[in-house]
Amino acid sequence: MCRPSRVKRGLAVVLPLSLLLPALAQEGGQLHGNFSTDVQYYNEDSAIGAVVPDQRLGANAWANLIYTHGNFELGGRFESYEPALVGYPAGQQYTGSGVGYRYAKFKQEDLEITVGNFFEQFGQGMIFRSYEERYLGVDNSMDGFQLKYRPYRGVYVKGVFGRQRFGFDDGTVKGVGIVRGLDTEVSLSELLDSAWTCSSNLIIGGSFVSKYQEDRDPLLELPENVGAWALRANLTTPRWNLYTEYAYKINDPNGKNGFIYKPGQALLVNATYSVKGFGASVGAHTFDNMFYQSDRAAPTPFDLNINFLPPLTKQHTYNLPATLYPYATQPNGEVSTQGEVFRKWKKGTALGGKYGTKLAVNYSVAYSLETTQLGAVDDTTQRLGYTTQFFLPGDRMYFQDFNIELRKKVSETWELALTYLNLVYDIDIIQGKPGKPLVYADIVILEGLHNFTDRNSLRFELQYLRSKQDQGNWVTGVAEFTFSPHWFIAAQDQYNYGGSVDVEPTHYPIGSVGYIRGGNRFQMNYGRQRAGIFCVGGVCRQVPAANGLALSITSTF
Amino acid sequence: MRTTFSAIAFSLLPLLGAAQTKLPSVTLQTMDGKKVDTRTWTNKGKPIIVNFWATWCAPCKRELTAIAEKYEEWQAATGVKLIAVSIDDARSMARVAPYVNGQDWDYEVYLDPNGDLKRALNVNNVPHTFLLNGAGEIVYQHNNYEPGDENELYKKVLELTGKK
Repeated sequence: MCRPSRVKRGLAVVLPLSLLLPALAQEGGQLHGNFSTDVQYYNEDSAIGAVVPDQRLGANAWANLIYTHGNFELGGRFESYEPALVGYPAGQQYTGSGVGYRYAKFKQEDLEITVGNFFEQFGQGMIFRSYEERYLGVDNSMDGFQLKYRPYRGVYVKGVFGRQRFGFDDGTVKGVGIVRGLDTEVSLSELLDSAWTCSSNLIIGGSFVSKYQEDRDPLLELPENVGAWALRANLTTPRWNLYTEYAYKINDPNGKNGFIYKPGQALLVNATYSVKGFGASVGAHTFDNMFYQSDRAAPTPFDLNINFLPPLTKQHTYNLPATLYPYATQPNGEVSTQGEVFRKWKKGTALGGKYGTKLAVNYSVAYSLETTQLGAVDDTTQRLGYTTQFFLPGDRMYFQDFNIELRKKVSETWELALTYLNLVYDIDIIQGKPGKPLVYADIVILEGLHNFTDRNSLRFELQYLRSKQDQGNWVTGVAEFTFSPHWFIAAQDQYNYGGSVDVEPTHYPIGSVGYIRGGNRFQMNYGRQRAGIFCVGGVCRQVPAANGLALSITSTF
Repeated sequence: MRTTFSAIAFSLLPLLGAAQTKLPSVTLQTMDGKKVDTRTWTNKGKPIIVNFWATWCAPCKRELTAIAEKYEEWQAATGVKLIAVSIDDARSMARVAPYVNGQDWDYEVYLDPNGDLKRALNVNNVPHTFLLNGAGEIVYQHNNYEPGDENELYKKVLELTGKK
């Protein structure tokens, strides 16, 4: 063995850095970064089906370091999973410790060049988005190079080239496919400058992305280069914002679409109107065969995604709606729409009362895409799979959410919020539980905040969920005492008692204490964590049930 | 593996106490889609509060709502400006403008859908607040929000403007 092991190579990077960086920092450059860790000790708890791993202590840790000097920037991230928390990450396994991300960047007035790892997105990301959601374990960072250039005012060009992060084994493991892309955007008001006299602006953009993966299939002749393009336009006025983007992907037989040769397409439209005290938005989108991964045999839907298809539903913040029944985009076929209104009545008005009143109403619905299956795979169907009429919803409703929230400060020291949600949830499709019936749920939530003094407060939540399907009824209580600016202590209990559904009544109590100082935060939890779905941005991860002690530290320096 | 990790720990040791002071140059979007470089952020020599938030983050919204009630007063007394940087991504960035207007907030709002400024300022999670002095240097930061934290922040603003 002549090749140095990963560990030694890791050291070869780390040790010179540790000596070099402090020296550099004194030369007028700046060195800064952050650190975060999540540690959990697992107890046995068969009542909730808690998974106890062989290693009863799991720990994820990350440290980012960035050094900047004039136009130059160097950065890196050390990661450690010894072992990773149970159920983490969302996709491929993360094991060991090492460097998961490093780059060098040069930035001038109109030009930016990055070599190494980077994150980027074109438009809304429908054909390209590399990003990281650390707490979900989603990271499809590119490793290669990136160029951003502004050849003329109002004209923006971006180019990317590289391979994507797949998993982690003492360092980043990369996928086999190569991804390259180009994006151009023109902002007319900036381009035409004083010749553009309206208060509105029109921004148009276009992008092209291509992936390369060798065809080793013994039976099928697969496209080794799969191209995708997208066009977008955004019209803005002081009150209106209209956005639309269309994407097309050539045939890309892959493990997620059953190796069919049908091309994919997607359309997204969104309109918002807002003035002081009022905001409204409506949006719709459709996705047809839009899984786009840099390895056609990627093991899970979370791995090596080149694109990002945002779900068009509200992301809830209260525990029960957020973690029991959140929606997840169906890239193979979906038609969905959303509408939303925000209103604030000022204090002193009839509805505003003494302190003002806020209202938010939101409705979203997602359907399957209407398709006609072409039947058996043979030469006559050319393996095209199905035909579809673009934007035509199918019979199957995947998800529907109507929710309304009223928020009001009722006195100098009390604020109350009342929320009602009505959900329809296809648990078979969204969570992959075949044969399970559609879930209908009503949720009512009361939240209160009481300020005892300028520094001390109590916040509570009472949540009630009623359903005749899945796990039936739930109630949740949360109480949180805060002592600004440093301490908080909180207790929560979730109680699943089924109601008309036959379940073993179960309590999930959990207590937390936290200490915050400047950019540093320490938090400790002890108790039962129920199995659920944890979402950040548009992506969700299943979290298994656990019982034990959890410690989390984050620090920015 | 353990060695690598201790090496990391050691490499961090000399840095403790060394914090970022300059705001990095990063391109963000305004709510109407224009690109703005953070270098152009000024407040005529008065302090700037840079607050990271998202429409899906409950404590973030509590913080910005609490400050909104006092913002007029803060501005009149100290000239401070609050810049709210939303880290909403493609899923929810279209909701930012109607939400901000629906709350009747007077903040300067930017979108960071790719997390460029979030990463450049080493923000782990939201809410996270930075306070910049009149020269644009970061002099204070705070992670998390608890009711009353806004008073602590305002105290720092008053110290900067010599009002206390």
